[in-house]
Amino acid sequence: MSHDTAHALHPPTTTGLDNRKLAIWTFIGSEVMFFSALIGTYLVYKGKSVVGPFPHEEWTSPTGEHFEHIFEIPLVTFGTAVLLFSSFFVVLALAGAQRGNRKMLIGWLSATVVAGLFFVGMQVYEFSHFMDKGLGYTTNLFGSTFYTLTGFHGAHVTVGLIWLGTLLILALRGKIPPEKALNLELAALYWHFVDVVWIVIFPVVYLMK
Amino acid sequence: MATSAVEHAAPDAPAAHSKTGVWSWITTVDHKRIGIMYGVSAFVFFMLGGLEALLLRIQLGSADNTFLSPDVYNQLFTMHGTTMIFLGVMPLSAMFFNFMIPLQIGARDVVFPRLNSFSFWMFLVGAIVLNVSFVFNAAPNAGWFGYANLTETQYSSGLNTDFWVIGLMALGVASLAAAVNFFVTIINMRAPGMRLLRMPMFVWMSFITQMLLLLAFPIITVALIFLLVDRYFGANFFQPDANGDPMLWQHLFWIFGHPEVYILILPPFGIVSEILPVFSRKPLFGYAAMVFSGAFIAVLGFGVWSHHMFATGMGPIADASFGLLTMLIAIPTGVKIFNWIGTIWGGSLQMKTPMYFALGFIAMFIIGGLSGIMHAAVPADLQQTDTYFVVAHFHYVLFGGSIFALLAGAYYWMPKMFGFMLSERIGKIQFWLMFIGFNITFFPMHFLGLNGMPRRVYTYPEGLGFEFWNLIQTAGSMLLGFSFLVFIWNIWRSKRAGVAAPADPWDGATLEWSIPSPPQEFNFAEIPTVEARDPLWDQKRSQGRPLPEPPRVSGEGIHLPNPSVKPLITALGIGVFFTGFLLGSPWPIPASLTINLPVVLIGFALTAYGILSWAFEPA
Repeated sequence: MSHDTAHALHPPTTTGLDNRKLAIWTFIGSEVMFFSALIGTYLVYKGKSVVGPFPHEEWTSPTGEHFEHIFEIPLVTFGTAVLLFSSFFVVLALAGAQRGNRKMLIGWLSATVVAGLFFVGMQVYEFSHFMDKGLGYTTNLFGSTFYTLTGFHGAHVTVGLIWLGTLLILALRGKIPPEKALNLELAALYWHFVDVVWIVIFPVVYLMK
Repeated sequence: MATSAVEHAAPDAPAAHSKTGVWSWITTVDHKRIGIMYGVSAFVFFMLGGLEALLLRIQLGSADNTFLSPDVYNQLFTMHGTTMIFLGVMPLSAMFFNFMIPLQIGARDVVFPRLNSFSFWMFLVGAIVLNVSFVFNAAPNAGWFGYANLTETQYSSGLNTDFWVIGLMALGVASLAAAVNFFVTIINMRAPGMRLLRMPMFVWMSFITQMLLLLAFPIITVALIFLLVDRYFGANFFQPDANGDPMLWQHLFWIFGHPEVYILILPPFGIVSEILPVFSRKPLFGYAAMVFSGAFIAVLGFGVWSHHMFATGMGPIADASFGLLTMLIAIPTGVKIFNWIGTIWGGSLQMKTPMYFALGFIAMFIIGGLSGIMHAAVPADLQQTDTYFVVAHFHYVLFGGSIFALLAGAYYWMPKMFGFMLSERIGKIQFWLMFIGFNITFFPMHFLGLNGMPRRVYTYPEGLGFEFWNLIQTAGSMLLGFSFLVFIWNIWRSKRAGVAAPADPWDGATLEWSIPSPPQEFNFAEIPTVEARDPLWDQKRSQGRPLPEPPRVSGEGIHLPNPSVKPLITALGIGVFFTGFLLGSPWPIPASLTINLPVVLIGFALTAYGILSWAFEPA
C-alpha cells in the first residue's frame, strides 16, 4: 500500500505496519476519548443554560436586553465544506509525493494549508462575532461548553496546520521524495482525524436543535 | 519475518558516546537507564508518601489530637493518596515496563526511545509541580479525587487545587506518551516467533494496561480542563448557579478513576504470574485464561465507575446496574486467583524472597477483593462508603496487592538490573516485618469502618470507641515504615557484599535471563528466535539445563539510537508553560485572565523549539 521503502537501519516490524503509522493511529484512538468527553459534556449540558444567548433561539433577558440566536449556519456550513475538501486535497498531495510529482505535491499541499487556514479564520471570525453578540466564555453553560469544545478542535486544527506547513516548507526544498512520503502520510492521517471530529461536531453542535 | 535482521557483535570497540556522568543519564534514551531513573524517583516519592502517612497516623493515634491542624491534615492525606498512586505505584510499574518489556520480547529498545525519555522527564515535571506546593504551604488539599465544586474557586481559593490540576495534567502527558510507546513496541518489536500468545504474562498485562492508559487518561484530562477553566477563566462547568453539575466531575473523574485502579493492579498481576511459575518450577496454570481474564477485567473496568457514587442519589436503576457489573468483575479476578493457586499446586516451591512476596500478594489481595465485593452490594455500601472500611479495602488491594507484587518484582529482577544478589536472610526478615506491620496497620480499619469511623477526618472525639484500634494502627504503621528501611538496608548491604548475579539466578523461563546481569546496552548480541511460550525453559529443555553463562561482547556493529537532550527540553518547555498558570498575572489586566502570560508564551516557544529540533535531529 505505501510506497516508502524500509529504512536500512530499522529492523522489520512484527506486523509489517510502520511503527510511526501505528503510533499515530494509537494516538488518534486516545484523542477519540478526549473528544468524546468534550462532546458528551456538550450534550449533557445542552438546553440547560439558565441565561441566554442560546444557539438556535432568540432570548430576551429579564432586564429587557434582546439577543438573537447565535449560530450562523450558512457560514459554518461553508467552512465545513472547505475543511472536508482540505482532507481531499491532502490525499492528492500524498499521491503527488508518492509518485515523485513535485508540482502535484506542492500544489495540493498548499491548497490543504490554505483551506485549513480558511477554516481557522472562519472560526476566529465566528468567535469574535459571537462575543459581540453577547456570548462570552463565562456567560452561560452554552458558552463554556461551546467555546471549549470548538476551541480545542480549533487548536488541533492549528497544530495540524503547523505540521503541514512545516512539511510544505520541506517539500519546497525538495526534501520529500517518494521514500519519505510516509512523513506526509502521518500528518495526513492526523488531518483526517481532525476532520472526522468536525464531522461529528458540526451536526451535534450546529444542526441539532 | 527475517530471523536475525540485525548484526552480530564483534570482539572490540569503544562506545561513541560517554556512558558515564550526569549528562549521559540526562540524555539517555536507553530503556534500561530510563527504567532505573523511574525506579529511583518512584522509590523516593513512595518514601515521601509513606512519611505523609506516618504523620497522619501520629495525628490519628489518639482522640482529639492536635499534632496536625485540620488544614495540614487535609494537605497530607490528599498528597499521600496522590503521591502513592501517581508518583509511587505507577512509576514503579513504569520502571519494570521500561527495563523488562524490551528484554522479554527480545528487542533492543522501545520503538521511540526519545519519546520514552520525554515521558520520564515529563513525569518528573509533574512530580515536582505537585510537591513544590509544600514549599508554599499550598499542597493540594481537596482529596486525590478533587471533587467539584469543593475545588472551585469560591471554596478553594488558594493555589492548592491549581498545583493539583497542573501536576496531574503534566503526569497525564507523560503517561499518554509512554502508553503509545509501549503499545506500539509490544505490537511491533517482538522477536521472530514471539507470537502474542507466547508473550510473558508481564508483557500481556502491561499491554492491556497501556490500552487502559490510552483510553482513560484523556477523560481525566478533560475533567481537569473543565476545572481549570472554571478556576482561571470563570467558566461554568461545575457552577450550580449556572446549572452546572458537580456530578459531571464525579462521572468524568471515576470513568478515569476506575480504569486507573486496574492500571495500578494489572502489571502487578503480571509480575506475580511470572514469579509463581519460576518459583514453583511449573508453567503458569491456564495461560490463555489468564490473558483473557486480564482483558475482560480491563473492559469491564470501564463499566463500573459509578460504584464510587452509590451514595449520590443516582436512582435504583443506575445503582443496581453498576452493582451488578461490579460483582461481575469478581469472576475474571477469581479465575486469576484460582489459576495462581493451580500454578503452585504440586509444584516444587523454592521459598526465596520473591516467592514470599508473591504468596503474600495472593493472600492480601484476596482479603482486599472480599471487602471490594462487599462494597458492590449497594445497600451494604451505603454503610461502608466514606468510612475506614473502604480505606481498609483499597490498602489491601493497593498495598497488599500492588506494592507486595512490585516488591516481589524488585527482589526477582534486581539481580538482573544491577548485577548483584540481594541477601535472602535480610529479605525474608524484611518480608515478615512488612507483612506483620501491614496487617496490624490495615486490618483493624475494617472494624473501625463498620463501627462508624468516617474517612478524611483529622481527629475523632473520645468515647466513640475509636481510640484502641487507631493506636494499634499507628504502632503498626511505624513497623511498616521500619520495614522499608530494612529494604533499603538490604540493598546497601548486598551491594557492598557484592555477590555477583549470574545471568539466570532463578532458572527463569523468559528471555531476560538469557543475557548477562546487568544487560549490555544492546541487550541481545543476537536477536533470539522464539519457538514456544516460556522460551528459555523451552531452550533449556532442548539443549539440556543449565545454559552456559552468556559472555559479554563488544556490540560493535549494532546500531543504537543516539542520546538526545531534546526530550528534556520539550518537557521543560511544557513545565514552564504550566508554571505560567501557577504564577499570578504579572500586570494588572482584566480580572478573568489570571495566568502569567509571558511565562506561558515562553514555555510554549521552548516546547515548540524542543519538538521541532527533536523532529529534525538524526535518530
